Formats: sequence, C-alpha cells, structure tokens
Amino acid sequence: MTAVEHESVVAAFAEEIGRSDPVAVVGAKTQWLVGGEPAEGVRLVRAPAGIISYEPAEMTVKVRAGTTIGSLNEELGQHRQMVPFDVDDRSATVGGVLSVGRSGIRRRRYGHIRDFVLQATYVNAVGDVISAGGPTVKNVSGYDLCRLMVGSLGTLGLIAEVVLRCVPVPTASRWFTYDGDPRNLDASLFQASSILWNGDTTWVLLEGHEADVESQAGKCGLQPTEGAPLVPKHGRLSKRPSDLYGLTGDFLAEIGVGVVHVGVGHLETSGAVEQTGARHLHRAVKERMDPKNRLNPGRCPIL
Amino acid sequence: MHRTGPIVELVSTISDAAETIQQLDTSQLVKHLVAAIGADSVKSGRLDQHLYAKDASVLRGTSSVVTLPRCTADVQAIVRTCTANGFSFVARGSGTGLAGGAVPLDNAVIIATARMNAVEEVDVENGFAWVQPGVLNLDLSRALLPYGRHFAPDPSSQQACSIGGNVANNSGGPHCLAYGVTSAHVLAIEVVMADGETVMLGGLDAEPSGYDLRGLFVGSEGTLGVATRIAVRLTPNPPIVKTLLLDFVQPNDGAATVSSIIAAGVVPAALEMMDQRAVEVVEAFANAGYPTDAGAVLLVELDGMADGVAADVETVRRVAHANSVRSVRVAADDAERDLLWKGRRNAFGAVARLKPDYYLHDTVVPRTKLQEVLEKVYEIADRYELLAVNVFHAGDGNLHPILAYDSREPGVMDRVHAAGAEIVKASLDAGGVLSGEHGIGLEKRDYMPLMFTSADLAEQDRVRSVFDPADSANPMKVIPSGSRCGDFAGHTGSGHTIPEGAWV
Ligand SMILES: Cc1cc2nc3c(=O)[nH]c(=O)nc-3n(C[C@H](O)[C@H](O)[C@H](O)COP(=O)(O)OP(=O)(O)OC[C@H]3O[C@@H](n4cnc5c(N)ncnc54)[C@H](O)[C@@H]3O)c2cc1C
Repeated sequence: MTAVEHESVVAAFAEEIGRSDPVAVVGAKTQWLVGGEPAEGVRLVRAPAGIISYEPAEMTVKVRAGTTIGSLNEELGQHRQMVPFDVDDRSATVGGVLSVGRSGIRRRRYGHIRDFVLQATYVNAVGDVISAGGPTVKNVSGYDLCRLMVGSLGTLGLIAEVVLRCVPVPTASRWFTYDGDPRNLDASLFQASSILWNGDTTWVLLEGHEADVESQAGKCGLQPTEGAPLVPKHGRLSKRPSDLYGLTGDFLAEIGVGVVHVGVGHLETSGAVEQTGARHLHRAVKERMDPKNRLNPGRCPIL
Repeated sequence: MHRTGPIVELVSTISDAAETIQQLDTSQLVKHLVAAIGADSVKSGRLDQHLYAKDASVLRGTSSVVTLPRCTADVQAIVRTCTANGFSFVARGSGTGLAGGAVPLDNAVIIATARMNAVEEVDVENGFAWVQPGVLNLDLSRALLPYGRHFAPDPSSQQACSIGGNVANNSGGPHCLAYGVTSAHVLAIEVVMADGETVMLGGLDAEPSGYDLRGLFVGSEGTLGVATRIAVRLTPNPPIVKTLLLDFVQPNDGAATVSSIIAAGVVPAALEMMDQRAVEVVEAFANAGYPTDAGAVLLVELDGMADGVAADVETVRRVAHANSVRSVRVAADDAERDLLWKGRRNAFGAVARLKPDYYLHDTVVPRTKLQEVLEKVYEIADRYELLAVNVFHAGDGNLHPILAYDSREPGVMDRVHAAGAEIVKASLDAGGVLSGEHGIGLEKRDYMPLMFTSADLAEQDRVRSVFDPADSANPMKVIPSGSRCGDFAGHTGSGHTIPEGAWV
C-alpha cells in the first residue's frame, strides 16, 4: 500500500465513525465489560487491522488498532522482538488493550503498557483525525495526548493506529515457584519479570541470559515449574505493593506492582483509587473533548 | 486574561507611559504577594527581574515579580494573587531549560521552586519517593544511594536541573535509552492549578482510576499548573555496569554501529556519540584518554546481571568490529568509568574552547538516518559559516547539534537561527520530530505546524484549556497562537509581546 492508500484507511474509519451519532468501538471483546457496557442500541464500529510498517533496527512498529496482539507479536517475533502486552487471549486487539489500559503480568519488568505508545492517530468526537506524539523512540513535541488515550476506554477518541516501541525477546524465559515470603524475593531478585503470590505459593518469572536466570534462581532457592499460574478473572484490585500481604481468599497478587487478580466470591471486586481531588478535572476533560457524550457512551473510566 | 487587557496593550504601544503604569501596578501586586507569603519570599528589584527573565536558551522575556515559595500553600497564595490581579505566572526550577520554557512573557510573575527542595519521604517497599519540585536531579539520586536506588532520568544538566523542571519537560538523559524518560518514572504529581486549587494526578497504587492526567501533565512545560510535590519511581541500581569506548576512524562506521547494536537485540543502558570536534574539546577538558584523532567515538554502557552483560559486551564488540572499529576500551573500574562520563557530561561547557557562545539544538531522527542527517548538519553549518559540534544520545536517535559562535560578530545570531531552522527541517524530512527532550517552549512553538495539523494543535489546545481556561499558567508557550478554535472564549490573540531572539 502507498502512503496515500494508508491515509485513506484512516479516512474511511473516520467516515464510518461520523460526526454526530453515538458510536462505540469493538475489538475482540476480551475485556468488553471493563468500565461498563456501551449504552444500548449504540452503533458499533471496528478499527482497521494490519501492520503498516515495521523497522526492526528502529525497534518500532506502526500498526492499525484492530490488529490482534497475537499476529503482531508473531511478526515481531521473526526478528526476536515483541511488545510485552501480555493478554490471555491472543485475539485481543492493540486498540482494545490500549483503550482498557491494563498492563500484563510482566509490568514489573517492562513497565506500564502506556509507555510503549510513541504515536497515536485517533478519531475525535467531531470526526477529525488527530495525531499525537511522534514516530521516533524519543519525542517531547507537544502535549502527550497518547497517554490520555491509554485507559480512556475509547471515551475521548477512537484509536485508528499507533506507533509502538518494541523490546528484544529475552533469550531465556522461565517460571519458578517459591515457598517462602515473597518479600524476600522482591528485595533480592534484580528485574524479575513477574512475581505472583496467592497467599501461599509464589510464582516467579525470570528472563534474560540463561546463566543469569539459573544463578538467580539458585541463589534464592526457586523451584522450576511448568509455567504461569492460572490468573483469577473475576475482578481486579489496585493497591500499593505494601498493601498486598493482608489479602485472603481467592487472589493472585502482582508483587512489587500492586495489581491483584481476584476470583469469584472475593469480598472486593474493584478497588481503583481516585486521583485525589481531581474528579472534576477528569469530567471536564471528557466534557471538553466529547461534549455530546457520543464516544462509547455508557463506559466510564472515572470512579 | 490580562494578556488582552489594557496594561499589556499600553506596554506594547507606548512603552514609556506603560512603564509608569506597569510600575504602579506591580507595586500593588508586590504588596499583595508580601501580605500572602511574606517579604523575604518576594523579590522585585531590577537585578532579580533581570536574572529571572531568561533560562539557558538565548531567549529573554520580562518578569515583574519573582516569588520564592516554601510550600504548596505559598504557591496557592501566589497563583491566587496573580489571577486576582490580572497577572500570569511562570513556574521555574533551575532555569537550565533550553527552549525558553521558563522565560516570562508579558511581565509574568516568576514562581521559583528553589526553596522547595526537600526529599520528603523514601518508601523502598512501594518503590517511590515524595520530593518537592526544587530538588535537584543529582541530589535526589544521591539521597537514594543508601537505599541502592536511583532516579533513572539523568539529563546532562543533572547537577543543576530540578525534578519539577524534569517533570515539566519530560526530560531525558543518556540512561533513558533502556530505562525510559521522565514520564515512565513519575507516579503522582500534586499540582496547583491556575485557579489556585490543588489536585493529585496519578497515584501510588497500581492503577489509579480515571484518565492518565499525570501522563498529560508530564511534558506540559508549566502550562497546566505548578507541580508542588512529585512521587518519583525508584529504580534499583544494577549489580553490574560495563562502560565501553569505541573508537572509529570514519564517522559513518560509528553511526552504522549504533543501529546495528539495536538491530542485534541489545538495548544498552546508554549509547552516546561524539564527533571529532567534540572528542577534541572533551579530551582537552577531561583528560580521560579519548582518542583525539578519532572520526567519532561511541560511549556504550551495558548493565544488568553478570552473564547477560558479558554476552552483551561481546555482541557490541562483534558489531563494532564488523563496522571497522579501531579500538574497544572497556573501563576497568568505577574511576575510569566516571572519567569517561565526566567528559561526556561536560561536553557542552567544553565547547567554550572553540567559541565563546553556543546554541544547542535537539531533534530526533530514526537511528538508521543518523549519518545522513549528521552530514546535513555539517553542510548547513558550513553554509552559514558556523562551527558544528555533535555530541548526542545516539541510541535513541536524539541529535544535539551544537552551533558554536561568537556573539560579538555582527549579524551572527541571524545565521545561527537560520541554520537552526534548517536543521529542524532536515530532521523532520528524515522522519524525525521537533524535540527529543528539551521541549517546545517558545523556541520551537512556531514550528509546531511543521509536525502537527491545525486539527492536532486545536485538540492539544482544547485539552490545555481544561486545566487553564484563562491562559494564565505560562501563557503563549508550546502551542502557536493561531491554533485556537472558535469555541474558546476570551482568546483574541492580540497584545502578545514576543521577546527578542524568538523564532517567530
Ligand atoms: C548543559 C545542558 C545540558 C542539558 N542536558 C539535557 C539532557 O541531557 N536531557 C534533557 O532532557 N535536558 C537537558 N537539558 C535541558 C534542561 O536541563 C532540562 O530541560 C531540565 O529538566 C530543566 O530543568 P530546570 O529545573 O532547569 O527547569 P527550568 O528551565 O527552570 O524550567 C523548564 C520548564 O519547566 C517548567 N517548570 C519548572 N518547574 C516546574 C514546576 N514545579 N511545575 C510546573 N512547571 C515547572 C518551566 O515553566 C519551564 O517551562 C540540558 C541543559 C543544559 C544547559
């Protein structure tokens, strides 16, 4: 495809979104209920799919929002690169994962998924195509509207395409279990990719050079295991890392991060904490960017 | 707000009469400010006005009053006093910014954070520290040393620049290649908004509810409010660090090595490049044993666990040899490593050996286009009879062309600006961006349309106006004035006083 044809894909998406009636975007519906279901009867659109360009030597990829994480990582994997968007279902789309804004279980090592977005092209409430950020790995030109899009549940704009930063696939990647207090590991492991704890057993993912993985595991008394534990799906809590140790019931906590995955029957099901005193500001942002509340009506990322 | 008010119009038309009126008006303002925060925190002498009228760029504005708050409540009182009296305000850290971000326009009140310099709390288990905005970058990392942690963004100006400035500019540094820029290292920000209210953006728990207003604030260059407390993320110090100096006869071999290292799957902690002129001045200053006859050198830092680092060192060696490296020197100990970095960090100052003045640029290009754009930079500098020196964050394609000159030469500034404009355009033509870390401020404000459409800019301004509808927080920065949409009341775009030297 030529550059002009690429632009026409975005333009067609903008056309489909239109300028006035309520509209919601659907990806693979893997996290469809987060933040509420879109209002009844709202028109559904799908973002375009496909990798637009991939530059392994730049470690960046330009990809349409409807592309699945699975197919993206397959392509990147050919060059031993990846985006660490750990999803349970590989059919989840790039746009969906970013709009929901929940990082995967390797956040401890790779950071928040929002930090992988270099540029975002989206359609705003009045149907204009907006581009924010820049295509290079480093950029501070203008306001960082990309950050605003991540986690917004499509309530500020519908993402058409993004430029993402990639990282190398580690040469070794291995799961272990540990019987002791996970706090010991938190302090003594350098850059563990994931430490998960269910109140009883601790699972650890070590990634990097083979020999480092072995020596770290040996030093801390970790036992090799098949793979990641089953992650409870019923709810998700947001805590400080130090607040995880009083948890009871069916849960799996991300040590050092503070995300807690909880199962059916857990007392708490959601626990995001408000950005103190800023609620009116969040509302004002929404009102300013989508005064008619036409983008994903019914969904709300604000407490 | 006051930018369209009678006082400003007078200032820009009949300057003498305006001076008197302005004087009167300022004395009222000073009185109110003194009542609010105490006389020792308010300075309005000519010397202070002069000192705070510029940052580290060549731009100069006009300030009215300089305030030195001690706490958040002081900042709130200052902001409220400003708005009540029709003045805008500009937050200022250490004034090391290079894009004119802290340069006051239209007699804005300066809010200098130098006295708000406490590291309030270090919480290792939760991985954060609460700091006040005036804490200097290097002081923070020193304070974290006993905990085996550091603050990852390390601008070359780290001895002088403030965390508040780092947050406002989303600053980078050599080690941001692997660790990410400031935005990835800030968890929460307490902000005094233009209406004097305090809000907390972001949070200390894993997934704060709502939009990522924290991420929006980082890099907003003081236009969304004043950061009064910042929760920074702590980064564990790596167990092993290796620093390599690669010496190339041909500059293009150095540039090719940069993208080949990345393509080989190694993301160094830092990957810096210096051209021949840079090596010469740096070596004369630092005596670090830099090869002064090299066409280019790369400073590569690898960190992590022992075996991974050892493997990466070998990969870098192999790639460098494939690109005709002349020698590879691995720093034997911390002392040697510090010496090599001392050279790099002081490179800008060392340029004074060539010419008394310099203009430091900041653009980013794709790594694979480094050599092409570097050649363009030399060609442009030659054409304008300026001396170009290049020392930059090569790993992320972040160019820092330095144009060295002597300001006593008549007309030289015109050449410096014209050359700068061409460098910016050459970077954009190569698929790059306006700024990698210094920001837009005033310097590049009017270049924004080269990178963004009018719809993009209107969208940015729409978001900005949610925070500061009256445009009183660091007005006239970042977004060119023509970007206002019709639905923004109160912005007529008249009465702006643009300082001398601004690229308009
Ligand atoms: C020799 C030299 C080397 C440099 N190297 C680098 C480098 O490697 N990487 C890099 O990124 N930059 C570099 N810089 C640029 C500069 O040091 C950074 O931008 C730095 O973060 C600015 O900090 P400051 O405290 O000096 O901010 P100032 O210059 O005082 O202000 C910069 C901006 O921040 C705003 N601001 C300051 N404090 C606050 C606050 N509390 N709340 C809201 N807004 C605020 C100001 O209004 C202004 O817009 C360099 C500069 C020099 C002179």
